[in-house]
Amino acid sequence: MRTTTAQQDFIRGIWKENPVLVQMLGLCPALAVTNSVANALAMSGATFFVMSCSSVLISTCKRFIPHEVRISAYILVIATFVTLADMLLQAYAPAQHKELGAFIALIVVNCMILGRQESFSSKNSVFRSLLDAIGTGVGFTIALVMMGGFREILGTGSFLGYPLFGPNFEPWVIMVLPAGGFLTLGFILLAMGAIEQRRKDRAERKEEPVAEVSS
Amino acid sequence: MNEQTLFSIFFSAMIVNNFTLALFLGLCPFMGVSARVETALRMGFANIFVLVLTSLAAWFLNTYILETAPFLRIISFIIVIASLVQIVETAIKKLSPALFRQLGIFLPLITTNCAILGLAIFQTNRGYDFLQGLTFAIGAGLGLTLALVLMASIRESVEFSDVPGIAKGTGLVLIIAGTLSMAFMGFAGLF
Repeated sequence: MRTTTAQQDFIRGIWKENPVLVQMLGLCPALAVTNSVANALAMSGATFFVMSCSSVLISTCKRFIPHEVRISAYILVIATFVTLADMLLQAYAPAQHKELGAFIALIVVNCMILGRQESFSSKNSVFRSLLDAIGTGVGFTIALVMMGGFREILGTGSFLGYPLFGPNFEPWVIMVLPAGGFLTLGFILLAMGAIEQRRKDRAERKEEPVAEVSS
Repeated sequence: MNEQTLFSIFFSAMIVNNFTLALFLGLCPFMGVSARVETALRMGFANIFVLVLTSLAAWFLNTYILETAPFLRIISFIIVIASLVQIVETAIKKLSPALFRQLGIFLPLITTNCAILGLAIFQTNRGYDFLQGLTFAIGAGLGLTLALVLMASIRESVEFSDVPGIAKGTGLVLIIAGTLSMAFMGFAGLF
């Protein structure tokens, strides 16, 4: 039974169920490689590729994969595409490949990809699964580039390598160090929490137009 | 062949390049099971056990099998880790049901813990031999346990304090983790 439209499949992953910011999946790459925008882009490109390819392949083969060994089968498919992505990056973007290092191989254990296969691709048509994968991939990219942007602008005073503030800017070195990753994501989550809280308050106020005197 | 001494490998893996706080590996259990000190300790020990086994398996694969087919590295590592965890789970279930009940869901979850695969890949990239790999695994495992227990102790004492409503949950945990990570930065450059 279909409860969502194709459009919803696509949109859902971008904001409402954003893999990094809402579901807290795929945190390792989101924190580890976002010390510059270029790295964040390379990482999300590789993840996007692995995600779309494995979603298409798994939803194509969903009838042939026995239920008992499905997780192992998914991991195998994902690992194959990760190996491909690793080789492609090494051939076409050797500088990024060197920067990202072991984290390309670690896309295999990104719970976000496995999660989408288990909860969506194994039950839906090829086209829907591709849409879902692209939506989630775009959501992942937005989260990574946002973090990479914050950390690179504050940590080095430049964006994609172009200086922004002139020579008087003192870079916040902490932002490109590991601690900065935790803090950036923490503050983004606090901001999202504040927005959510405000929306909830407004909805409550609409339901009860008579304001309480004591508050 | 790597020329580092065992001592520096051990301390580098445990403190300076702590897997969780400096390399961001194994964050899922760090966020998920760090609410109680006791569960954190248990999770840490389960991790050390699997890390050591993985290190041995990765060394064996690298030395005897993968020399002829290096492109199969990622696939073979993940399969070996998944089956190792499965074997350990079955063995513990048979040998010590009490321990099995205590570990519960944590054992199967270790398969998708990036720290395990990360260890195997780092070990390969740095060319550690048998003993170096073993030291690396124990150091990394102790480092994970240390980070988990520190985090759990802080969270236990923060639980009843009055934090703003929006900061409750993951946001607060991440900021605490950032502070912890800053503290660990003090060790940078030691080795």
